[in-house]
Amino acid sequence: MADKPEYWRWTESRWTNPGLDWKGKVITAGVDVGSVSSQAVILADVELYAYANMRTGSDSPDSAMKAMNWAMKDTNLTIPDLAYTVGTGYGRVNVPFSQRAITEIACHARGGNFMYGPTIRTILDMGGQDCKAIHCDERGKVTKFLMNDKCAAGTGRGMEVFADLLGVSINDVGDLSFDIDKEPQPVSSTCVVYAKTEATGLLREGWPKNKVLAAYCSAMAHRIMTLLERIGVEEDFAITGGIAKNKGVVKRLEKEVSIKIIKTSKYDPQIAGALGAALFAKALYDKGKK
Amino acid sequence: MIANYGYKDGSGEYFITIDTEKCNRCKKCVEACPFGVMAVGEDMNDPLSDQEVAYVTEAERKRIKYTCAPCKPTNETIPPCIKACKMDAITHSW
Repeated sequence: MADKPEYWRWTESRWTNPGLDWKGKVITAGVDVGSVSSQAVILADVELYAYANMRTGSDSPDSAMKAMNWAMKDTNLTIPDLAYTVGTGYGRVNVPFSQRAITEIACHARGGNFMYGPTIRTILDMGGQDCKAIHCDERGKVTKFLMNDKCAAGTGRGMEVFADLLGVSINDVGDLSFDIDKEPQPVSSTCVVYAKTEATGLLREGWPKNKVLAAYCSAMAHRIMTLLERIGVEEDFAITGGIAKNKGVVKRLEKEVSIKIIKTSKYDPQIAGALGAALFAKALYDKGKK
Repeated sequence: MIANYGYKDGSGEYFITIDTEKCNRCKKCVEACPFGVMAVGEDMNDPLSDQEVAYVTEAERKRIKYTCAPCKPTNETIPPCIKACKMDAITHSW
């Protein structure tokens, strides 16, 4: 039997700062082991030096190690070069080479502040299996937050299930969901199990794939909006996490919150947590030196 | 910091909100809660601060709808954690 294409498989990423030599600088790192993806970020003093973003495996310590090794690839860096490492995310207590674990809430605020600048006030992290809304001040310190980690409705994993169900590459979901005649009603539930049943029914009624995708993306945007309403949205507003790359959800959410410019960054939006962890690592290293 | 602990699921929204600026770390809420929902300790979301704050324990965050139910027999009853907090730092969303 031929292997089934892996429609859910999103593009992993890796980056090294080309103009930077790490030698003689303080190297600190952050590792974010999420439920679906893991990231490692390396800082040289206060500059972003390298990062890697890949899928989490069944073993948290192993995923943390793999992400870090990938980030270090071809840089001549090794684990003993790391002056301080902070773990964050779902598997934060399982990062073998870290000195401390810090919550994703704190890390996303700090990382978001670095990526999107000090004017950022609301960060929405849409992860693999949870969703967090965070308000922060100009220094990236959390002022208000809300986390929903009990229910995976409207998260990255749900989108993966949909990509697989409809046989559409997850990277194309956003564009295809706009290739429709008229915006359909959202599916009535974002619960992955219910929504899948509903989508199967719609396909049987003859709905084209794109229309089903549109209905799911818009249900997801609406669900996130109801969560955001509890803490409110203050500008500037940015989205981190894998769903930030899905135009189908982001554009529809922009419409719902009626904020036009959701800020973007030149870096992968999935690294915000690990980047925040690395920035805390630097701060904690400096604090320890004093 | 306004900390919202809890969740939203198909049946409703269940959040315990703690205003950490108001919290004076008196631990009265910890003593008042019969089910160990509240705790006072290091502020996990502000790692560079040395000040302790009240929070909802990790184990209870996903089940407060059930754990807190016995303290909410009617809409007029004030749950013991809210009553115990002289600083008015705690609120419930439901």
